[in-house]
Amino acid sequence: MENIRIIEIKQSVFADNDRDADRLRDTLREEGVFLLNLMSSPGSGKTTFLTALIPLLAKKYRIGVMEADIDGDVDAKTVAERTGAKTVQLHTGGMCHLDADMTRQGLRELGTEGLDLVILENVGNLVCPAEFDTGAVKCAMLLSVPEGDDKPLKYPLIFRVSDAVVISKTDTMPAFDFDLEKCRENIKMRNPDAKIFPVAAKKNGDGVGAFADWLSAEIDAWKNSKK
Amino acid sequence: MHELGVVFHVIKSVNRIAAENGVAHVRAVTVELGEVSAVLPDYLLDCWRWAVSKETVMKDAELILEKIPAVTLCEACGKTYPTVEHGKICPHCGSDRTVLLRGNEFILKNIVADDGDDTEPSQDE
Repeated sequence: MENIRIIEIKQSVFADNDRDADRLRDTLREEGVFLLNLMSSPGSGKTTFLTALIPLLAKKYRIGVMEADIDGDVDAKTVAERTGAKTVQLHTGGMCHLDADMTRQGLRELGTEGLDLVILENVGNLVCPAEFDTGAVKCAMLLSVPEGDDKPLKYPLIFRVSDAVVISKTDTMPAFDFDLEKCRENIKMRNPDAKIFPVAAKKNGDGVGAFADWLSAEIDAWKNSKK
Repeated sequence: MHELGVVFHVIKSVNRIAAENGVAHVRAVTVELGEVSAVLPDYLLDCWRWAVSKETVMKDAELILEKIPAVTLCEACGKTYPTVEHGKICPHCGSDRTVLLRGNEFILKNIVADDGDDTEPSQDE
């Protein structure tokens, strides 16, 4: 006779990863390390933004950067050369996102000892990274002006999970049909609590300081939360 | 490819649960999928078939998908309506103050374990 049984599970497919992410956050809290998960589509200016942001924070914090891409090491080289931050390149081997375990492996490779802030530059993608909790303390995303002000309507989840939304390349606004106020409304509709920072990192660093202040306050709050 | 990533997660979870329950072979896995969950059933099934062909305990396990219809609540008039048909604008009162009640789930429902068949010879041999 055949021996068939049904095992009832009834839990979200993401539940295992969510639990693992919570464990990683607990470890980071113990170590006093703040992990920021930075997400966006490819070409939105994450690397340029980081090269403007890191010098503003480097006086106060020791910073590490993890660059996650499917292949290549151009981003890690650029960030290391321009900012002097400790940097590693992670390869996802074709995967469209990082999960908590891959993030843990990346942190091990980077070596978090003595670091206050680790910035994870996630794979360029507005869909998959939003569904997988990396174990980061806070999530931020970039939306660049050329992508359009309607993206929060098309990719709602990533806007819902991001604590801060950086609107990048604002100096290109005259060339594109981008309505900043409409974009704010669209973001707030998805996530009323999101902090919004319009920046032009390449041109004059406009707005990067405001983001640095927000991040700095979050880092200090995290360090004080250690029991 | 988003579907492939989530397939790997399902496989990892199922393998763990199978090991915990001493399962020899997983015959089928049932997943409840919300209508607006950003996962496409056809792609998911394609990725699944490719991925489980390389597995051992889950070798060629079947993926059974059960659809959860998407329902939106209108905060203005308090009524609900089917999301896919009407989108973000309430068909009852025209308001855009609407929230998704259900339909973005991706739930591992159950596993059908096949702990051997002692009447027929194994077909692998």
